[in-house]
Amino acid sequence: MITKTVANVEVACKGVTNGMTFMLGGFGLSGIPENCIAQLVSLNVKNVTCISNNAGVDDFGLGLLLQKRQIKKMISSYVGENAEFERQMLSGELEVELIPQGTLAQRCRAAQSGIPAFYTPAGYGTEVAEGKESREFNGKMHILEHAFKADFGFIKAWKGDTAGNLIFRGTARNFNPNMCGAAKITVAEVEELVPAGELDPNEIHIPGIFVQRIFQGAHYEKRIENLTVRKRD
Amino acid sequence: MALSKEQIAQRIAQEVKNGYYVNLGIGIPTLVANFVREDIEVEFQSENGVLGMGPFPYEGEEDPDLINAGKQTITALKGASFFDSAISFSMIRGQHVDLTILGAMEVAQNGDIANWKIPGKMVKGMGGAMDLVASADNIIVAMMHTNRAGESKLLKKCSLPLTGVNCVKKIVTNLAVLSVENNSFRLLERAPGVSIEEIKEATEGDLIIDGDIPEMKF
Repeated sequence: MITKTVANVEVACKGVTNGMTFMLGGFGLSGIPENCIAQLVSLNVKNVTCISNNAGVDDFGLGLLLQKRQIKKMISSYVGENAEFERQMLSGELEVELIPQGTLAQRCRAAQSGIPAFYTPAGYGTEVAEGKESREFNGKMHILEHAFKADFGFIKAWKGDTAGNLIFRGTARNFNPNMCGAAKITVAEVEELVPAGELDPNEIHIPGIFVQRIFQGAHYEKRIENLTVRKRD
Repeated sequence: MALSKEQIAQRIAQEVKNGYYVNLGIGIPTLVANFVREDIEVEFQSENGVLGMGPFPYEGEEDPDLINAGKQTITALKGASFFDSAISFSMIRGQHVDLTILGAMEVAQNGDIANWKIPGKMVKGMGGAMDLVASADNIIVAMMHTNRAGESKLLKKCSLPLTGVNCVKKIVTNLAVLSVENNSFRLLERAPGVSIEEIKEATEGDLIIDGDIPEMKF
């Protein structure tokens, strides 16, 4: 068994420097690596590029890095719900590349799998296709999209073991498994870290080979972005 | 009378057939789930990673690890499954989802759709919409017939940046049900009490009107 455990978030984020490209899991605020984001804020790394489906809200998630102007460029599919983001984008302080959500997932997946590029129909005929190679397959047009290249991937899982094996919970799974092993170094933070052997190998979503560093996160807020409930009859 | 948003959703729910896997967009499409007949089997997919999405939770039972694509708290029904984003879009791109219902800012008579960006004003992003419209065979657009300024949203050509090309097949608005055919909108049904003249007036694109146009039934 190869141990992937590191003591804490400080060690987990060692090697992070200005100008790097990060991948961060999560959909909205669900399944975001809260501890790593807090550490990136305290390290005050600048000019970073973040690949993440969303950009958080003003005072949580990636919004915390935006507040401190740490992000040079965002690569996302949807960035609503964040006034500071919108302000920085419209003023030109922040570079933004918006890409289709399925393309975002597949570009992570391609990086994870050693596939340099792939064709997808998503975005054909739109401004997303500008400057990209296109090709017809089975009578339908597709565009060529490339695997992401990133320095660090920050992943949030529900449970993990010391070998780096991961289990996700509910829709907090989202982009997290696709980003494992897609960057040079994958850091996984988990709500519960157990000794290797305690997780049933049948239940593991991501094998530890895709993870370099794992630690148990502290104080998960798990904020709900859009609380919607129904009345009891 | 023009339809309310709920009534648009109610009319679209009639298009949902037994055995369908359905992806619902944000806004009016989300309401469709409330009106699907109870005697048919349907599963709702949310692209953030759930198939078998259920209603909103009761107060106090919400779970931050269980949301829909609009980031609303939801529940999962018996037989539901969770999955990652790549698998989710394999369902969509691979055409395993039977019906996609989404909103739009503009639809053109050739089936082009625009719903993700207003240059210089609103840039929220396309989310999963570009993947959905590029791959789905069966796309229904749910929208108001005109925008807040009273201008038609059914156009000869979209003026806003496109989300997808030649992809919309059917549109349900507060005034009418229309299909996209031969580079035109074909009027299929009128909202109860809405005249053909009113629909013509509100439609900038070419409109095919063949014979008697029935009123929608609820």
